[in-house]
Amino acid sequence: MADYNAMELMICIAARELEDGATVGVGTGAPCAAAMLSQKTCSPNLLIMFEAGGVAPLLPEMPISVGDSRTTWKAVMASGMCEIMETACRGMLDYTFLGGAQIDMYGNLNSTRVGDNHQKPKVRLPGSGGANDFASFAWRMMVMTPQDTKRFVERCSFVTTPGWIKGGDSRAKCGLPLEAGPYKIITNMAVMDFEPESKRMRIISINHGYSEKDIQDNCGFELLKAPKIVETPPPTAEELRILREEVDPLKLIIGR
Amino acid sequence: MEVIAQGGGPLFMETDADKARKFFRLKKRSLVNKLMPLQEAVAQFVHDGDYLGIGGFGANRTPTAACHEIVRQGRKNLIFCGHTSTHDYQILAAGEAFNRCDIAYIIGMEIRGLSPNARRYSESGKVQFCEWTNYALALRLKAAAMGVSYLPGRNVLGTDTFKRSAAKAARCPFSGKLYCLYPALWPDVSVIHVHEADIYGNARFKGISICDLELARASKRLIITCERLIHNEEIRRDPSATLIPYFLADAVCEVPYGAYPGNMVGEYFSDEDHLKLWMESEKDPERFKKFLDTYIYGVKDFVGYLDLCGGMKRMTQLRAEEYMFEQPS
Repeated sequence: MADYNAMELMICIAARELEDGATVGVGTGAPCAAAMLSQKTCSPNLLIMFEAGGVAPLLPEMPISVGDSRTTWKAVMASGMCEIMETACRGMLDYTFLGGAQIDMYGNLNSTRVGDNHQKPKVRLPGSGGANDFASFAWRMMVMTPQDTKRFVERCSFVTTPGWIKGGDSRAKCGLPLEAGPYKIITNMAVMDFEPESKRMRIISINHGYSEKDIQDNCGFELLKAPKIVETPPPTAEELRILREEVDPLKLIIGR
Repeated sequence: MEVIAQGGGPLFMETDADKARKFFRLKKRSLVNKLMPLQEAVAQFVHDGDYLGIGGFGANRTPTAACHEIVRQGRKNLIFCGHTSTHDYQILAAGEAFNRCDIAYIIGMEIRGLSPNARRYSESGKVQFCEWTNYALALRLKAAAMGVSYLPGRNVLGTDTFKRSAAKAARCPFSGKLYCLYPALWPDVSVIHVHEADIYGNARFKGISICDLELARASKRLIITCERLIHNEEIRRDPSATLIPYFLADAVCEVPYGAYPGNMVGEYFSDEDHLKLWMESEKDPERFKKFLDTYIYGVKDFVGYLDLCGGMKRMTQLRAEEYMFEQPS
């Protein structure tokens, strides 16, 4: 195995997905690290937005909160939630990164509860926050998550945040903005996208050291396979150096 | 308009814009001195059973001092607006101050993890929940601020969040597309922490506004806590800086470091060690009870809390941290 951990791998893969000049709505943690790495490598003009109001900061260090003062450090604007979400709904948010306790084959996410009793849940989780909003509006929603059968499930106990809903054209039929939706799922084992007709998750590239069987064995539903499956290019030495020295020197994210 | 679907969650508040107008018609507009101690403001304006809104985002520019005072005075049966809430929810859950909650984000402390006690309280069955999202609640407050009974949005549709909300889905009479409709939300009372205010309640803050401009305008009663008082002449010297005009405010309380241990942009950074102590103490209910007895119930006011947390020495460190200055060891 090369000298990087799963989190570093996912952040490096994610950073490459963000092209120069695009807009991305991020939360704290790994998504923010990916956006920062992207700015320092392939996309110097990546425009980062935070749901609390920060627009295009020059992040000096990893924010602890989506609304802390780092999110407006040398920013072009300190706005508010409506400004950010209206911009996204208007069609000017290209990407967002989200996560959750569970994800299904259509990229629907659960961050609300485990178990079926809503008023007295087995496990209560934070809820949507801005996740449902970003996932509804962003042209391309991506997820970075470790892969196992507990997270990749046949059915989420609760759909907090919309993916492709029930596949096909079901998402558009719900009234969600057209053509927007889940784009790529980046895990420690593989990168998945969604088959264009059925909108079911499918393997498009495999991370070094894993097999198709590993990926399927660690997924609670049947994964489709792209016509051509490639090996994911591993992180470069330069990406890892920047990630470790400049993006997250305190190892708040990558140290876990 | 044709309603296609509706969520089954509880709607905690009236949505009649004319009833709200009647209230606002009688709300005092006079330019009078509203300066008072925080204890008095909470005693006078936050009542058992009220719908409570709290400004800020997570632990940033959050009126922590007011949350402590609400718990210290033993308010109960509140309905809490769980909008972008982290440490505020944690404090109010510690006091079991609310039993109903509109949820967008609760329990979580963002990158810091989940609050064990807030989670226990939220899983206890003692709290009635209605699900929303951050932007959905922002739209509800915006509708109230506009004086209309709902606003449309294109989020939440197609999810269980919708099913557990009190939103409705309806067809747009112009385009024929489906929209999610959010009922207006007029909180009984809200608290917003700002950098500067005058004694009448003209207030201004730096940095992101989150949802505070909408919250201030939607709320029937408003308590402003500020880092420092400024003269009304200073407000009039630069009217473009005013974000909340005096006629929205019912009380003004000067509470320096009033967002501690949270972050106040341009003033002080969050005290991560102390926030960790909260989370650590919460793991064991007995230990947490002692923690609360010391830090909230055992002090007279927020100054007492700040003293327990290291006083001015600690505040000075956090001021340097805000600007990422090198600190002498």
